[in-house]
Amino acid sequence: MFRQKTWSSVGVLLALAVLLSACVTTGAPEPTQKPAEPAAPTEAPAAEAPATEAPAAEAPAEEPQVVRIGVPYMLTGSSAQIGIDCKSGVELAADIINNEYPDLDPLPLAATAGLPNLNGAKIELVFGDTKGAPDRAMSEAERLITDQQVVALMGGIFSSCSATVTEAGERYEVPTVVGCSSSPSLHTRGFKWFFRVGPHDGLLGENQMQFLAYLRDEKGVDIKTVALLHEDTLFGTQSADMQEQFAPKYGFEVVDRVQYPRESPDMSSEILKIKSVDPDAFMPTSYAADAILMQRTMKELDFNPAVILAQDSGHSIPQFTETLGPDADYTMSRETFNPDLGVTVPLLAKVNALFNEYADKDMYGDSAREFMALIVLADAINRAESTDPEAIRQALTETDLTAEQIMLPWEGVAFDSETGQNTRARGIMVQVQNGTYLTVWPPDVATSEPWSPMPAWNER
Amino acid sequence: MAPQVILQAAVSGLLLGLIFSLISVGLALIWGVMGFINFAHADFMMLSMYLAFWLFTLYGIDPVFSLPVAAVLSFILGVLVYRLIVSRVVGASIVVQLFVTFGLMIFLRGSAQFLWSPDYRQIPETLVSGRLQIFGVYIGIPQLLAGAGALVVDAILYWFIQKTETGRALRAVAEDKLAASLMGIPSERMYALAWGIGVGGAGLAGALISTYYYIYPDVGSVFGLIALTIVAMAFGNILVTFIASIATGLVISLGGIIIGPALKYAVVFLVFLAVLLLRRTKE
Repeated sequence: MFRQKTWSSVGVLLALAVLLSACVTTGAPEPTQKPAEPAAPTEAPAAEAPATEAPAAEAPAEEPQVVRIGVPYMLTGSSAQIGIDCKSGVELAADIINNEYPDLDPLPLAATAGLPNLNGAKIELVFGDTKGAPDRAMSEAERLITDQQVVALMGGIFSSCSATVTEAGERYEVPTVVGCSSSPSLHTRGFKWFFRVGPHDGLLGENQMQFLAYLRDEKGVDIKTVALLHEDTLFGTQSADMQEQFAPKYGFEVVDRVQYPRESPDMSSEILKIKSVDPDAFMPTSYAADAILMQRTMKELDFNPAVILAQDSGHSIPQFTETLGPDADYTMSRETFNPDLGVTVPLLAKVNALFNEYADKDMYGDSAREFMALIVLADAINRAESTDPEAIRQALTETDLTAEQIMLPWEGVAFDSETGQNTRARGIMVQVQNGTYLTVWPPDVATSEPWSPMPAWNER
Repeated sequence: MAPQVILQAAVSGLLLGLIFSLISVGLALIWGVMGFINFAHADFMMLSMYLAFWLFTLYGIDPVFSLPVAAVLSFILGVLVYRLIVSRVVGASIVVQLFVTFGLMIFLRGSAQFLWSPDYRQIPETLVSGRLQIFGVYIGIPQLLAGAGALVVDAILYWFIQKTETGRALRAVAEDKLAASLMGIPSERMYALAWGIGVGGAGLAGALISTYYYIYPDVGSVFGLIALTIVAMAFGNILVTFIASIATGLVISLGGIIIGPALKYAVVFLVFLAVLLLRRTKE
């Protein structure tokens, strides 16, 4: 009888266990980001807001002495480290704009102090704290516009936050320049005041196929079929959707698409299923440590595609190369940034050296894109010769920066007049070569030739 | 589907099942002996994975050699947890028991995260790295070692419980605590022993899988839920637990191949529901 009673509770308890363990796991590491360090204690950003006491009321009819730009970042909360790094990025950008940095010359506004067309007016950043929450991002953006009277806004780093920040910008008719949020849904809303300098996920998916076509056409690697393996949350599903959409355009056949539950104790059935269709290119999208187990299982089950081309995330955490050692070699991944780019993008090395002095760490994808976004915005304000929002918006649509003028591996910056998306942004492809990720595509910024095809496991 | 693929999946599933068995047999023992569900069970496994990791990282001790250390320390930890925490709630309502081990689970995960950060870690190269190829079927040597180790420990445990005097005492306490006490069996000691053996098994499992699996504070949740399901299907019976573990490994692996990896756990829980329904109608 005792047993039976215990028994009836078990079902309930198990259900409870599932629910509770779902709650408990929220402490897991943020997988899609590539944090330079584990989230450090956050400095109170609240100090920023009151520090900027409003000189706004003083008649701006004359020549403006400062141009106020609103920056709604997450400066506290679990993702604060990313916000703080991006804050360092835009602070450095503002310093470069406001003071003379002749060595950075082709970078817009670096050689001069302030905005020359506005009598050397300085950029002043007014920060807001979104805590990483979209609703908070919206109210902070509104506060910056109405109380702080900023003339333009930056994006909110996370796509979800940028979505609400740009909504506020659209409603109050304040131009908003987004740096690193990459969701394609941001630029398809028909917004007039939205601009994004970084590449979006759709573009990045297309870049992967362009890279495979490059390997096939230029390097003679025999690639006809691709197989996709992706984790089953939004990130993996969207990634595979994009890959599936762009594969035919570049002449590739998707022979299998397999989704898997993340943090699986075993991945042999996934790899076996892919192996049984024998694809030329294997394209995994994974979170965190799944990538390591996946790679080990590939070796164990002797799965030998010509190319492994991953989608950032799990394949780009430092543990991937550290743990797998030589078994990580030949793995390729799509990225937006790689430290070795300083070799081929001269401005990046110089800006990064300054950043290192300022923030005591290297730049990474997020801080670099936010840096670039502020330079682009300031360049537009300077060309507008005015702080009138409509004039700034007009100047933004006329932005025309070349590859030499920016510090990211893109073809430049120019916004699509319909969507506000930078049409010259692009992703890069990196490959593990002797234990280090090196940039192998696009050819103009590559630091190394791609190693392809991958030799079979028993021949390495 | 080629027979080769099915065979490969079956072998992988068998090895996975053996690992599950080592975790769930200990859980089943604790449940069988004292009707107590230990939700923190797989988190003891996590602790032992970290033990293997740190012994390797700091002192260069291969996980193969940390096995006995992990077993002994886990045994002691199990006894301590029983003496200090669990013994105070024996006989309390099941909700109290639930919260005690659930709280322990959250405490262990939180402590691991606090002490060692939520980063994923892995032991790069061990003595048992590599793979074998037998009749075209590939077997990872770490998995093979883990499976074989689990089988040996399961067998010893079964022999201990079925054939030794202490094992009989354990079973007696499980059957009727009062009657066993009247026969002079110290039930408190038996409970502590069950916890020691159970947690020791989880510790061994942790050290074994640390040779190939990644280590992070929440790793227990990956194995814990499956282990609980297995034990619940087996009603705390050790031998049935072992069989259910192997079956679960096979269902995950073959189900993944035949139905699709996305649904591999769904199949396990479907089987679980079916077992529940069948047991119900029988009783």
